[in-house]
Amino acid sequence: MSDNLAIIATDLTKKFGDFVAVDAITFEVKKGEIFGFLGANGAGKTTAIKMLCGLSRPTSGQAIISGFDIYSQSELIKKNIGYMSQHFSLYQDMTIRENIRFYGGIYGLKSKDIKTRGSKLIQELELEDYADRFVGELPLGWKQKLAFSIAIIHNPGIVFLDEPTSGVDPITRRQFWNMIYKAAARGITVFVTTHYLEEAEYCNRVSIMVDGEMRDFDTPRELMKKYNKPTMNDVFLHMAVRSKRKGD
Amino acid sequence: MRILKFLLQKEFLQIFRNKAMLPIIFVLPVIQLVVLTYAADFELENISYVFVDNDHSQESENLMAQFNASKYFRNKGAKVDFNTGMEALDHNQATLLLRIPRGFAEKLQKEKKASLMLDVNSIDGQAATLSYSYASEIINDFSNNIVQKWNGLPNKVVLPVNVVSRYWFNEEMEYKNLMVPGILALLVTMVGMFLSAMNIVREKEIGTIEQINVTPINKVYFLIGKLTPFWVISIFELSFGLIIGKLIFDIPINGSLPLLYAYTSIYLLVILGIGLWISTLTDTQQQAMFLAWFFIVIFILMSGLFTPIENMPGWAQKLTWINPIAFYIKVIRAVLLKGSTFADIQMDFVIMSVFAVVVLTLATLSYKKRV
Repeated sequence: MSDNLAIIATDLTKKFGDFVAVDAITFEVKKGEIFGFLGANGAGKTTAIKMLCGLSRPTSGQAIISGFDIYSQSELIKKNIGYMSQHFSLYQDMTIRENIRFYGGIYGLKSKDIKTRGSKLIQELELEDYADRFVGELPLGWKQKLAFSIAIIHNPGIVFLDEPTSGVDPITRRQFWNMIYKAAARGITVFVTTHYLEEAEYCNRVSIMVDGEMRDFDTPRELMKKYNKPTMNDVFLHMAVRSKRKGD
Repeated sequence: MRILKFLLQKEFLQIFRNKAMLPIIFVLPVIQLVVLTYAADFELENISYVFVDNDHSQESENLMAQFNASKYFRNKGAKVDFNTGMEALDHNQATLLLRIPRGFAEKLQKEKKASLMLDVNSIDGQAATLSYSYASEIINDFSNNIVQKWNGLPNKVVLPVNVVSRYWFNEEMEYKNLMVPGILALLVTMVGMFLSAMNIVREKEIGTIEQINVTPINKVYFLIGKLTPFWVISIFELSFGLIIGKLIFDIPINGSLPLLYAYTSIYLLVILGIGLWISTLTDTQQQAMFLAWFFIVIFILMSGLFTPIENMPGWAQKLTWINPIAFYIKVIRAVLLKGSTFADIQMDFVIMSVFAVVVLTLATLSYKKRV
């Protein structure tokens, strides 16, 4: 049954002292699916994603990522996932090509593969003229697209994207989502957090987190029907209005 | 192992792209060596002194002439009595007060012995000790002259025991010879510790550490990748410093350089290990800088560089047993000045290796890919 599931999370919880950042969330993500992880600032999305990626140890609960256990096999998980964090995390004092070589290298790609995948990536992003420029000199939208491409350079089974489009203009956001569709078409499961609600409608299924709890998850269409709201935005507001935590 | 290649490539690219790096590597050593070596000179010259001569004899004049001839002393004039002499000490006009009592020459003539009084301003203990010993040397010379004069006379005089001391290993008592190896040790330590302490924490600050931690990279490789570039730079600093020391100060290199490099290699593992450890414990470069300073200042002040370890109280002497800088300064001086061989310093090798294992283990354990 779990063969076609990329992520199975059961009662996953993270506490910082008395504060319950993520409260027993349970969900599953199918292979090849684009799974939207919605929630206001401070709802616990980033904490949840960090547990799934093996950056943060859960306080309790279970999770299986690509068939590997989150507690005992986190280094195996890391081989099979890509991650793009909220902070831009390519090296700004290195060129595009140098960043590609470095990340390709530490994921253990062969030099030949680094070269071919790197050139293809640069070509697809139309960055040929900038390949030897420092990453720090690129505009934000380009940086985000580059970071995403590098996060999947080792062909992971799943990619985790933590607010990849925040602060990016609408055109670049559209292009970014085209890249997400392409990745999904290649069979990569996409786990994406966002607080742009129109983006939620691009996802196959979405979950909504409020105050560390997962309130619901389903296809956007079903959610709109269930709560009888015309847009995802209204669905989200309907749920989040009862939030006790103040967003920042 | 292939991963190391990519890590090193990245670290070296970033280090040499950092505009502050080249001055740190090339200018810092020159300034430290040249300025500190000249400034941290413990040799005392021109010690100012005043004197009270209550005897006004030929003998007292001879003694004063000998003081005046010495390059170490500068005569600040005669005082009428003890009180005015002490006033000069009080007002920092002089470091030393020499009193020749009334009847000095007569007593010397009749009883074959007489006393003088020396009062030393000992606020700076080290300077006081030196002034005192220089003054005693002159007075010894003076009494030797008298004894020799008597020897020509029929009265039989028993020669006092005569101590002839010779300063070994640094015969000319050149403070430069003592200071340059010590400052070299400082240089290697500071560059190594600061660069490594600032490094991982910098990746924490800019957020790239997360991207590293989410890869399957083995943290041991990651730390080796972080440590190696600074090890290379620090070894280079030692070589650069040795060349400057040789060219400008002509310091002696009596021992084997390969031996010194072998010891430095292990020592650097300790220093860089402490730096990396600091880097894993802190969240910002500012915190890392303060912690690194804390360790360096304590280690240096208790290392025997400026004050001999033998002068420290017992508990402080015991603390030097956990001070890697103290060991390193001892060894670098021993190899360069004494020409010590491996057999002489093998215990130091063992101790430093133990330090290295402990510190690197702590650094590796405290670096966690998952928090």
